Amino acid sequence: MNSAYLDFVRIRFLTMLAYRVNYYLGIFIYILNIGVYYFTWKAISGSGGELGGFTSAQMTTYVAVTWMARAFYFNNLDREISSDIRDGSIAIQFIRPYSYILVKMMQGFGEGIFRFLLFMIPGMAIAILLFPVQLPTAWSAWLGFLTMLLFSFLINSQINVITGLMAFFVENNEGMMRMKRVVVDLCSGLIVPITLFPGWLAHVLEWLPFQAITYLPGAVFTGRITGSSVWQVLGIQVTWFLVLLLPMIVLNRLARQRLFVQGG
Amino acid sequence: MHAAIEVQDLRKTFKVQRNREGLKGAFQDLFKREYNEVAAVKDISFTIPEGEICGYIGENGAGKSTTIKMLTGILVPTSGTLKVGGYVPFLEREKFVKNIGVVFGQRSQLWWDIGVIESFQLLRKVYQVPEQDFKRRLDELTERLQLQDLLSRPVRKLSLGQRMRCELVAALLHNPSIVFLDEPTIGLDIVVKSEIRDFLKSMNQEYGTTILLTTHDLQDIEALCSRVIMLDDGRVIYDGGLDDLKTRWGTGREVHFQFGKATRKDKLEAWTLDLPVKWSAENDMAAKVWIPLDTNVSDVLSRVVGQADITDIKIIETNTDDIVRSIYQSGSAVRSETEWKEGITS
Repeated sequence: MNSAYLDFVRIRFLTMLAYRVNYYLGIFIYILNIGVYYFTWKAISGSGGELGGFTSAQMTTYVAVTWMARAFYFNNLDREISSDIRDGSIAIQFIRPYSYILVKMMQGFGEGIFRFLLFMIPGMAIAILLFPVQLPTAWSAWLGFLTMLLFSFLINSQINVITGLMAFFVENNEGMMRMKRVVVDLCSGLIVPITLFPGWLAHVLEWLPFQAITYLPGAVFTGRITGSSVWQVLGIQVTWFLVLLLPMIVLNRLARQRLFVQGG
Repeated sequence: MHAAIEVQDLRKTFKVQRNREGLKGAFQDLFKREYNEVAAVKDISFTIPEGEICGYIGENGAGKSTTIKMLTGILVPTSGTLKVGGYVPFLEREKFVKNIGVVFGQRSQLWWDIGVIESFQLLRKVYQVPEQDFKRRLDELTERLQLQDLLSRPVRKLSLGQRMRCELVAALLHNPSIVFLDEPTIGLDIVVKSEIRDFLKSMNQEYGTTILLTTHDLQDIEALCSRVIMLDDGRVIYDGGLDDLKTRWGTGREVHFQFGKATRKDKLEAWTLDLPVKWSAENDMAAKVWIPLDTNVSDVLSRVVGQADITDIKIIETNTDDIVRSIYQSGSAVRSETEWKEGITS
């Protein structure tokens, strides 16, 4: 493979590093979010009862780890792609001997590494200090969680790329991008864990890719999923990763036919 | 000699959404969209041999950029065939683009956040240029375009002229055999413009690089191009040498005289009675004569110079700008016989 792809990872990482001050505020906001949900769930569950199969301690850990996972996997690839398309700079991308989408994924990954090291890890450390988070003791839970986190990033980025490429087909996909953001946050189990949804809805969500982004790794980290079941949920993630490649390829191909460069 | 670019009946149509008027129309648009088909390029054909610098001109919206985008593999043509450097651009895009260089005057292809030299290093990897070749090429280009001081700066801190020179380097680092330049001198000052022209000319001579150039600055064309393709409303309306265009379209020259002593117009007319020229006088001290292309200016001058007391002479050629403006206005490079005659006698 062309070694330039790795350079895109490196350059995006360094660029993000140059703007790292912006993310100090980000850590504060994420901690605030964790606090809000921590106190909300605490109020709802009352005096230490179970909630949707989560013990109080598990719920705290779940809230902290899923928000911090989001700090890592979140990116704006959808916006970057759609603005490339809308202002016509996509033309420049097509005169280069590389795959535009792969370059975007690599840039997203560079951003991801930055977010992991300078956003998620310090954020998690602060969350552990402030809230009663229980870290897993089994090394397999750690290994499983970190592997699944990588797939969270991949699946989320794939969904972003697909949303961004829709700009080829609709004149303005701003609404679509906003909707995607809400849907991902809600349906992935970030705001409400999947088990707390009404039965039928929880069942529907199990057949959608979103739970693979947040809920499944969160469940592994909190110890709700252990042993060989970890392999099973990892399998679900890998399957979604492969399935989502298909619309990416198809959209990319259709887009080449439809492309017209805005602004001459 | 091989053809670098072969285009046959190339056509591109766009679907443009038609917005109906009013609230009712907007509501209807929600459910059923209506589209207009707009042809930007209408069945054009041309061939450009290797090593030629060809100017591609036309009014705004004539279809120049659309053609360039099809030739560079960005757009897929609606119909027709094209072959550039032995490839069909849109079919084998990644392989094809390794052999071409593209500069869009209105878009930057450098990465905004990183230094110029880092952009070049990245392009080296993107195009998989061997380190040694890259070094040699970069040294040569930085020297030719005087970029030494710019290399360490971030792209966002460059002036337009500096950036454009860097864009050229970025497009040429992999030593492409075919180069597309879409308005490369737009917004640049005269010094930078002429630097870029000189550079392109020498590159063409040294490496035999084929260059297709679109521009609105006809001095670019005059300085560089042996051949011009003119486009209007998606059709080729002229394809040939620049000199041909001038002789075919230039109607003649005008000579302005200033006299030291009063010289009447009828006297001037009498001296040049057998020549197809036309005099007009503002007053007794100044006169203009219009001389058609097939008459020598010196013939006219020799008649006047010996007999009148002349203090100043100015010869005014129809310039390319005028020629092209009149072609754009008439929308055709084929002059009808009557127009031709009117041109001579007017």
